[in-house]
Amino acid sequence: MSETVLEVQNMTVDIPISAGMLHPVRGVSFSVAKGETLCIVGESGCGKSLTSLALMGLLPKTAIRKADRIMFRGEDIKDFGERRMAQLRGGAMSMIFQEPMTSLNPSYTIGDQLTEVFRRHVVRDRGAARERAVHLLERVGISSAASRLSQYPHQLSGGLRQRVMIAMALMCEPELIIADEPTTALDVTIQAQILHLLAELQEEFDMGLILITHDLGVVARIADKVQVMYAGRTVEEGPAESIFDEPAHPYTRGLLRCIPVPGKTKRGERLGSVPGIVPNLVGSVEGCMFRNRCPHAVAACSTAPETLVPMGADGHAHACVRPLEERVEQPVEAAE
Amino acid sequence: MRDEATAPALETNDVTCVFNVSQGFMKGSKPLHAVKGVTLKVPKGQTVGLVGESGCGKSTLASILLGLQAPTTGEVRYSGESATGFSRKDVARRIQPIFQDPYSSLNPTKTIRSIVSQPLRIHGVGDPSEWDKKVAEMLDIVGLPKRSAGNYPSQMSGGQRQRVAIARALIMRPEVVICDEPTSALDVSVQSQILNLLQDLKDELKLTYLLISHDLAVVEHLADRVAVMYLGRIVEEGPAADVFADPRHPYTQALLDSVLTPDPRLGVPDTHLGAVFPNPIDPPSGCAFHPRCAKCMDVCRATAPRPMAEGAHMTECHLMEGS
Repeated sequence: MSETVLEVQNMTVDIPISAGMLHPVRGVSFSVAKGETLCIVGESGCGKSLTSLALMGLLPKTAIRKADRIMFRGEDIKDFGERRMAQLRGGAMSMIFQEPMTSLNPSYTIGDQLTEVFRRHVVRDRGAARERAVHLLERVGISSAASRLSQYPHQLSGGLRQRVMIAMALMCEPELIIADEPTTALDVTIQAQILHLLAELQEEFDMGLILITHDLGVVARIADKVQVMYAGRTVEEGPAESIFDEPAHPYTRGLLRCIPVPGKTKRGERLGSVPGIVPNLVGSVEGCMFRNRCPHAVAACSTAPETLVPMGADGHAHACVRPLEERVEQPVEAAE
Repeated sequence: MRDEATAPALETNDVTCVFNVSQGFMKGSKPLHAVKGVTLKVPKGQTVGLVGESGCGKSTLASILLGLQAPTTGEVRYSGESATGFSRKDVARRIQPIFQDPYSSLNPTKTIRSIVSQPLRIHGVGDPSEWDKKVAEMLDIVGLPKRSAGNYPSQMSGGQRQRVAIARALIMRPEVVICDEPTSALDVSVQSQILNLLQDLKDELKLTYLLISHDLAVVEHLADRVAVMYLGRIVEEGPAADVFADPRHPYTQALLDSVLTPDPRLGVPDTHLGAVFPNPIDPPSGCAFHPRCAKCMDVCRATAPRPMAEGAHMTECHLMEGS
């Protein structure tokens, strides 16, 4: 196994709101090594994005982040103040956001925005920064890169903007990239290209990549490790192949049944679904949070500890008291 | 006049739509051909999928079919009757849209009851007591509780809002529903519920769908026929089973390759399409797809291909002409 870039132990995020304390992230642990891709999957409201913001130290001011440790490059960054986090952000760890339309500043040129990170973290030399920007724009497949530097974001299409975001994240040769739904807003053809590019660059620069998405097709194609999140907890984790071959948690299985797969699902056939919505996480919560939507829930689920139980030697683990093998007959579809 | 029963529910005949786009102050304007000579039939009771990248003219075609945009040339026919004889209201009774984003397609200041009953009020059908009954019935059909009639859109989740949009579209019992990316803005778990609902409603209410989407897995799942659009032209059209099993146009092949099926043993496909979607104001010569095509030949740069039909499967590509 190559060197671990990031290791998170038992991270929680709490946000005080008028109704009480909201617990959007309730103790997640994971690690990413150099050249490894970790995908965090789940529906909206599962705490995926807050997990990534918590890592970057970009949480809203009222939010409280706690963790046993957050080791980045062998250093615990848990108690780093804003100043030291700012030194890391955009430098050694960088982020690609979902909406390239809103995450680029419309009133600065692409060149200004690309060189800013480099001049802040590496050298203040304008020429060197410009050279690096042109090099990276070419690397991410943008034609006539030098002339693009003087363009504004509105002059570029969505796919090109996302490429600019990727180039920007790479400016300072980061060791870890966190990509939050990098392709959700894009066309399928562009999505395939952007993912292809990300995978290629990751190998080339030997970076750790955390990809946050709700698209299981993307996960299957790009992930080394998968972490399925539900209601702020990891409900299943493991190598991509075992997760897709033998999903153990009913939530993972439900999500997998939701998507039509050309060649597998019959045309016009009813798709599986996960009825219900993500529960409210205000106040104290106990037991398996998925029990209200789970077709296999039993009384024990309301007090079940949400700890991960290992399934095999490959690191595949789940947090269900009645995993696959303990169920008698698998109902074909969850009752609606 | 043709027989009402056998004529396609929706039909376009060589429809073209040209916009004049300003090039800047004092520079005059240039024509943009958003839709170029599209002939499409949507047979009664079937689902026709319309796929293509953003900017290819899918949504312009949808607004022409909805009567919101007049075609520059060509003709639209509803059940065999020319659209020129229809008023906006007549069209709205037959054809209704469902849009992509249920967060912006519902008025946030109106209750669900008021949103769903609006078509009834506009068309002057029945009286208020009847409206309430119809709304309750409609909410039941789309799987929303009756009590949600008094709610505002902000109190509902994305999936529930999309159900409200569907209820509004169906309350006048239209023949045709145009679904413009009905599930792209939703979570996977909700997406499958909406797709199941659309499928059930189609059988229950005998609807005809035009399903616009860039998600080919969704189109493959629901559609009977598929039309692939590129830069204002339909480049391939045929029965869904045929087109997906044997895609003939290189563009259709690239689109199909980009569908990410959840198989952890496959990597991310390399579609060789290039990043640049051509500028529709200044389209490429010959076949509009040639700058991005891996199988481009000399003839593709010079002349535009003609549609070649083989049974019910039409392709517009020089590769087909040779064979």
